[in-house]
Amino acid sequence: MRGLLGLVFVMFTAVAGAGQTTHEYKLDNGLKLIVKEDHRAPVMVSQVWYKVGSSYEHNGITGISHVLEHMMFKGTGKYPAGTFSRIVAENGGEDNAFTGQDYTAYFQTMEASRLPVSFELEADRMRNLTLPREEFLKEVQVVMEERRMRTEDNPQALAYERFKAAAYITNPYRNPIIGWMSDLEQLKIDDLERWYAQWYAPNNATLVVVGDVDPEHVLALAKKHFGPLKPSTIEAAKDRPELEQRGIKRLEVRAPAELPYLMMGYKVPVVLTADSDTDWEPYALEVLAGVLDGGTSARLESEVVRGDAVATSAGAGYDAYDRLQSLFMLSGTPAKDHTVKDLETEFRKQLRRLREERVPNDELARVKAQIRAAKIYEEDSIFYQAMQIGSMETIGLSWKETERFYERLEAITPEQVQAVARKYFSDTGLTVAELVPQPIDPANPPASAGADAQLH
Amino acid sequence: MKQMLRVGTIVVGLVFSGVAAALPEIQSWTTGKGARVLYVHASELPMVDVRLVFDAGSARDREQSGIARLTNAMLDQGAAGLDAGEIAGGMEQRGAVLSGGSERDTAWLALRSLTDPELFEPALELFGKVISQPDFPPEDFAREQRRMLAGLQYQKQQPRSIASRAFFQQLYDQHPYASDPTGTEETVAALTVDELEAFYRRYYVASNAVVVIVGDVPEAQARQIATGLADNLETGEPAAALPAVDTLEAQQKVHLEHPSAQSHVMMGQPGVQRKDPDYFPLYVGNHILGGSGLVSRISEEIREERGLAYSAYSYFVPMERKGPYTLGFQTRNDQRDEALSVLRETVTTFIAEGPTAQELDAAQKNIVAGFPIRVASNSKIAEYLAVIGFYDLPLDYLETFPDRVQAVTNNQIKDAYRRRVHPQTMVTVIVGGEAEAQPAL
Repeated sequence: MRGLLGLVFVMFTAVAGAGQTTHEYKLDNGLKLIVKEDHRAPVMVSQVWYKVGSSYEHNGITGISHVLEHMMFKGTGKYPAGTFSRIVAENGGEDNAFTGQDYTAYFQTMEASRLPVSFELEADRMRNLTLPREEFLKEVQVVMEERRMRTEDNPQALAYERFKAAAYITNPYRNPIIGWMSDLEQLKIDDLERWYAQWYAPNNATLVVVGDVDPEHVLALAKKHFGPLKPSTIEAAKDRPELEQRGIKRLEVRAPAELPYLMMGYKVPVVLTADSDTDWEPYALEVLAGVLDGGTSARLESEVVRGDAVATSAGAGYDAYDRLQSLFMLSGTPAKDHTVKDLETEFRKQLRRLREERVPNDELARVKAQIRAAKIYEEDSIFYQAMQIGSMETIGLSWKETERFYERLEAITPEQVQAVARKYFSDTGLTVAELVPQPIDPANPPASAGADAQLH
Repeated sequence: MKQMLRVGTIVVGLVFSGVAAALPEIQSWTTGKGARVLYVHASELPMVDVRLVFDAGSARDREQSGIARLTNAMLDQGAAGLDAGEIAGGMEQRGAVLSGGSERDTAWLALRSLTDPELFEPALELFGKVISQPDFPPEDFAREQRRMLAGLQYQKQQPRSIASRAFFQQLYDQHPYASDPTGTEETVAALTVDELEAFYRRYYVASNAVVVIVGDVPEAQARQIATGLADNLETGEPAAALPAVDTLEAQQKVHLEHPSAQSHVMMGQPGVQRKDPDYFPLYVGNHILGGSGLVSRISEEIREERGLAYSAYSYFVPMERKGPYTLGFQTRNDQRDEALSVLRETVTTFIAEGPTAQELDAAQKNIVAGFPIRVASNSKIAEYLAVIGFYDLPLDYLETFPDRVQAVTNNQIKDAYRRRVHPQTMVTVIVGGEAEAQPAL
């Protein structure tokens, strides 16, 4: 098995007319490479996905994955601070990075012939980051400003952060991706060096290229640039399953704001945590989310916002592809003449109906028609296609799951939707949070503050 | 069917692999009632985007601030006797996506659908009804009006929104661009169904519309689609020309208190219009100054060198009349003055000295080499067609774009910046922290 394992899988995607092929390879050093051809335009996106994110972090160093993502632009011996983005820019590229609960990813979108530029730079910083202390001291300040902008000064984001911290006890999803401010303040360059050494290696990464490329050529390039990198011993993150919830949790978040906001989250399984005999449940939950919130004809918009007009906005959300046990979320802002309590009652009414009545065929048909269409629409973006592949691979599923996902959704029955509603929408696994607006201008309190505040 | 499409894709793939053939071929014509159509045949995916763009943005609001936005939001709330749920259901049960929106210059409605005739034809028919036969049902109007008012409340808890509103007000004063497209609590609460209907009748007319079609439909079908949509509208009149934007005379500073950890700072002046002789030198110049992310000077000075902000930027928004030139950042309140003087210093130096030859070269390489990315999807092509059609840019705008960027010289940038960008008369808006004792200069 010297060199490359070579072509292990080629498959025509099921999309009618797309004519794209996806190829999967693995280098000797453990780096996985997935190439998807899309020849519509002479461009490509190259993404490197690392299996590390905020859910790998422990208390005291929260936010470290994201700070390290920032520091990945601060230079190697070969390409010192400031040169990475300049080289990409001079080649007409767009480059950036993102950190999630379960991944850290880096990308360049470029004219297709520039792929070697991307590989040269990404391979170099996979193993050779210098992490200069003076750059770190400035960059961690930048991240604190990012936190102030995204969370501290955004009341709904602030409330959501507290909500998650309350919903989970032992599951690391309780920590914000950007980290707690006190952890950012105490972060040290040594912490980052350890984190980088622990997770950044070819055998903990997936390289995804989508675009106007020849897979064999991409493979040769990957071999040239990434092939020489040494693998590491990657110790799996410790398993931190969430304690079984034993009853409803409620909290208030008081912050300067104008509008109240309600969040309700139920503990639910995801594809990776579902039992094998009930592995259809995450797909049923996805369909259920579509019944509630799949467009303006779905139940929340047509009944909660338009019909009963209890909310000015209402949404439901669920992601079957989190790495750990997750939440089925309902959230919304009550209409002016309604309270957060009214909205909670209304949401509960919706869930009760899902428990008691099977979803009519026409509604299910609508959700499935939308799923079929969305699958084609997604093909319009090479970036999105690469995102799907990278995120699946990074949580430990195959990119082939992106195909399977649609097949599994198609197969969901009204009985299965009802079954997950009955099983999971009970108060035992519920967390409810309310943003209680406090005066923005202390001299001139908004009418809603105080009057609407519900104590639970 | 699958086989045929696959072969079709291979042929197109070969065409695209030639370097010069990367650009979409734009076809344009005018419908019988005077709507301009721009069309690109993109056959690779079995989908189509249809968009109607009207000169019906908030620049047409006058005293009824918010009317353009609310009129646009009401179109799919009832049409040809169908209610909001029937319209939404009619689209969504076919996987079609109906969307709309409005900003200062334009208001639009868009349909994205699969091209399977069983799905597309009924979705298109419904789309036509929404555009040409809206009912403005009173109950739905009352609800959408309440939602818009709630949206205004929401803005008050977002320092960025507060800053943007104040910034436009200071920049444009009496000009129609001054008001926010979302209106004010007072003006939105005062709007009536009759007023919305009158606004609709005046501006949602064929001679005030551009039709954009991108997707897997042949030209003959595209012509039918455009005619079917536009010619159900009244011919009407194009909207009147907007007044020119006045030049700012004196420096203005507005500081609004907000209980936020950061100050949001926006500095600027009226910038360029779409057909502006200085557009390319200013665009390339700004790319170097603050428009190219982390490698631009402003980001380099404020973020990379000093760690003062997550985002520090500058950008032109070319509009029908001079759109804003905005420079800004957000930072911890106690660092605001430091960051602001760095921003001012950076701009002043750039105007005095212009970019270096190396910077200009790097910027041109970035824009020219990155050009194919800008037109790499149906969505992006549709957006460009809307811009080209609405602002009446030449059909070869995309084709000539890289050459025009490449032709910009250092002296042109310096000259354009000296004539057009004036830090000494810029508006500065700060939201956050406590205001100083003497807030206005």
